[in-house]
Amino acid sequence: MRQEVDNPLIFELSVEGRVSYSLPELDVPEVPVADLIPANYVRQTPANLPEMAELDLVRHFTKLSKRNHGVDDGFYPLGSCTMKYNPKRNERAARIPGFAQIHPLQPQETVQGALELLYNLQTELEEITGMDEVSLQPAAGAHGEWTGLMMIRAYHEQRGEKRTTVIVPDSAHGTNPASATVAGYKTVTVKSNDKGGVDLEALRAVVNQDTAALMLTNPSTLGLFEDQIIEIAEIVHEAGGLLYYDGANANAILGYARPGDMGFDVVHLNLHKTFTTPHGGGGPGAGPVGVKKELIPYLPKPRLEKQGDQFVLNWDRPDSIGKVKGFWGNFGILVRAYTYIRTMGPDGLKRVTEDAVLNANYMMRRLEPHFDLPYNQICKHEFVLSGRRYKKEYGVKTLDIAKRLLDFGVHPPTIYFPLNVEEAIMIEPTETENLETLDGFCDMMIQIANEAKETPDLVKNAPHSTKVNRLDETTAARNPVLRFSWADKL
Amino acid sequence: MNKYGYIPGTEEDRKKMFEFLGIETIEELFSDIPEKARFKGELNIPKKESEMELMRRLNALAAKNVNLEDNINFLGAGAYQHYQPSVVDAIISRSEFFTAYTPYQPEISQGVLQAIFEYQTIICELMGMDVSNASMYDGASAFGEAAYISAGHTRRNKVLVARSVNPEYREVLKTYAYGQNIEVEEVGIDNGVIDFNDLTAKLDDTIAAVMVQYPNFFGSIEDLRKIGELAHDKKALFVVSVNPVAMGILEAPGNCGADIVVGEGQALGNSISYGGPYLGILATTKELVRRIPGRVVGQTTDLDGRRAFVLTLQAREQHIRREKATSNICSNQALNALAATVYASYMGKQGMQDVAHLNLQKAHYAYNRLTSLPKVKALFSTPFFNEFAIQIDGDVEAVNKQLLESGIVGGYDLGTTYPEFEGGILLCVTELRTKEDIDLLVERLEEIL
Repeated sequence: MRQEVDNPLIFELSVEGRVSYSLPELDVPEVPVADLIPANYVRQTPANLPEMAELDLVRHFTKLSKRNHGVDDGFYPLGSCTMKYNPKRNERAARIPGFAQIHPLQPQETVQGALELLYNLQTELEEITGMDEVSLQPAAGAHGEWTGLMMIRAYHEQRGEKRTTVIVPDSAHGTNPASATVAGYKTVTVKSNDKGGVDLEALRAVVNQDTAALMLTNPSTLGLFEDQIIEIAEIVHEAGGLLYYDGANANAILGYARPGDMGFDVVHLNLHKTFTTPHGGGGPGAGPVGVKKELIPYLPKPRLEKQGDQFVLNWDRPDSIGKVKGFWGNFGILVRAYTYIRTMGPDGLKRVTEDAVLNANYMMRRLEPHFDLPYNQICKHEFVLSGRRYKKEYGVKTLDIAKRLLDFGVHPPTIYFPLNVEEAIMIEPTETENLETLDGFCDMMIQIANEAKETPDLVKNAPHSTKVNRLDETTAARNPVLRFSWADKL
Repeated sequence: MNKYGYIPGTEEDRKKMFEFLGIETIEELFSDIPEKARFKGELNIPKKESEMELMRRLNALAAKNVNLEDNINFLGAGAYQHYQPSVVDAIISRSEFFTAYTPYQPEISQGVLQAIFEYQTIICELMGMDVSNASMYDGASAFGEAAYISAGHTRRNKVLVARSVNPEYREVLKTYAYGQNIEVEEVGIDNGVIDFNDLTAKLDDTIAAVMVQYPNFFGSIEDLRKIGELAHDKKALFVVSVNPVAMGILEAPGNCGADIVVGEGQALGNSISYGGPYLGILATTKELVRRIPGRVVGQTTDLDGRRAFVLTLQAREQHIRREKATSNICSNQALNALAATVYASYMGKQGMQDVAHLNLQKAHYAYNRLTSLPKVKALFSTPFFNEFAIQIDGDVEAVNKQLLESGIVGGYDLGTTYPEFEGGILLCVTELRTKEDIDLLVERLEEIL
């Protein structure tokens, strides 16, 4: 249902004199502020923050939550994002006061429980990825990528080698080249072959003594397993380069394959994807990195180690790339991932991958008669369709199809990515969805495909039933209004 | 009977799906993985646990930790224990917020988008700046990214950072700077604040930014206006890393010449959580808006004229610009930013002032009582907010061990990162500390020394 009136901003609900907060009275002798802070650093004009009673505040945010769609509301088949169920016991675990209310700088002997949890998580992720050591410090996937590339840089520099390029496939996620740039590298793109894998000839042509690394996701962003991975590893290693694994698609291989066994030297995982930590509306996440032994010296410091029966943060790491984040990592997120891994166990994780892959293949074959399938082969946990025939014949774009899906109460799949598929629609169901949901979504897609043919305007003008219609994104970028101003209120 | 509550697929479901796909076993869907790349056997990780067993074990692990709720805490140094109002957790526990993805489909994400717009507004108000982004990973990494913005804008590749900035931030800055071939030079300190002689000597037209913290790591209040003027005189940018709670009483850095304000938003309603997840604040003047990393939410209208919110200026970001993006950051700390928004709205205009006042007064009471002990000296004589440094004649680690026996978590051992301040303790007093807590600290410390 379209909203009738604009949803008020919290500042518009503010009424002078109302309060929510409660604080105790000052219980120490009061000293004039003028005696404590120089006059020119005492704030003259307080920040204009809302003034509301507690119920009004709670209603405002409750209302906002109902203008949002989360995994708990309905299907969220965003390819590459792994929008699987976020278990509630993970939330309970993270809130235990012995985890939530400990200070990162407390003496290590007072936080042995926390360090034990982290050490066990570290060890389990090493086993899952087949890597020799893992650091839990990076705050997100992209942060993990950059950390990995900085270690690769340190590795080459220590060998006196000046290598300035990082290679990425044309299907790579945008963070790959961006992370390479931030780590001081230039990016070279290698094209994919017609099976969606890296074109080996093209790869041989671009790999040389200047190659620091090749960054790959496996399965690729097309949802296809790179079956030439052993050869690719050989090509890169022979030239003295390193192989980086973007773990965004790890949900497809748990217990079936490990990047460490495939020849990868550095790996990052997205705990907010594969390991169920919640996306939170855009974060926080966690992006642990794993390395093979040659790169261990470069890991961020400090290193979490076990010495006898004590868990210790070891700062004596002379070759470390340094700190990449404040403190030790996103602990609250790490607790959630740990809780998940212990809930599933080795068989459970394997089952996760099996059902993720089964669900994706099932949907792919159900939708195949209705959409172009650029890569007609077994997929892993996600697959890519093209909406190109609807654009060509009826003027209905993938964007329109996505907007029409909103009317059915689901979140659309990823669209227009990866870049090497025209009018791309990337669908990742995950293993936490049931068969009725999968069939239901396929039925929706088929219905929309029919609408595109018979009543294209219905699709082109979608969404019809959301609170707001499509937005004017052009004006938003041209004349950015990035905050509320009280001047506007008058 | 299924074994996993998170995986609905039954054997019946599998049979139906296998039949549709024309396969007999699940193995057939993994034939694309070459033999050499296949993992055989079982992952060597612990077997699964039921929720009950797992929670019991997690509670036992947590019980091995000394936690701040059960003790009297005076440790700050970059992570702060403030009161977390109950409404914050109630709101961020709503699954429409925490199980949602990035709001790329704005029609069904107006909740998150509007909340971020409100967050951005609140940050601008607190800091006195024109523009805020939707947040960075944490204060330390935001500090690092501020160096990137400065280098990009001035086309210079050297930054000056005061030694009075949090040592962790300086470490992270160095890692970030190394990646982009930015040189980092430290400016000395004098009486707990930046040494102006050293600053003036080092400032020239190769400097992209002068970077300080406010209040600084020692809790002291830097003379921002003076530093800003010196920086601008050489056309360098002025970067200030801020404690947002102090903004309830201290002048906003935007009114003191800051070009970029960063900082740690954890203190705004987020749990201390052993160091993360936290909240990186980043705000700038309008001149720098197109260099801002990360997500930004803007106001717009829908096709029918309704006011709505959307991720905007995306051309700066990695998914559009790829290797030419302003940063590689793909996410923000959305849920932590939501917590901060709820906190700042709950405290409100008056509450933020009152809580800052409580922090100021209680910290000064502690300072006065401690420095009147014969064996305790003030390390510096500069004005401070809620953290201050004292000097004792003894081993800080040993003193802290003894304090812990009385249920007191002692302050930060300054000698570990500032060799010239051996025996120095950095103490933080927030609104949570009662007069009794402070008196107990004084009494115990006097006994121990």
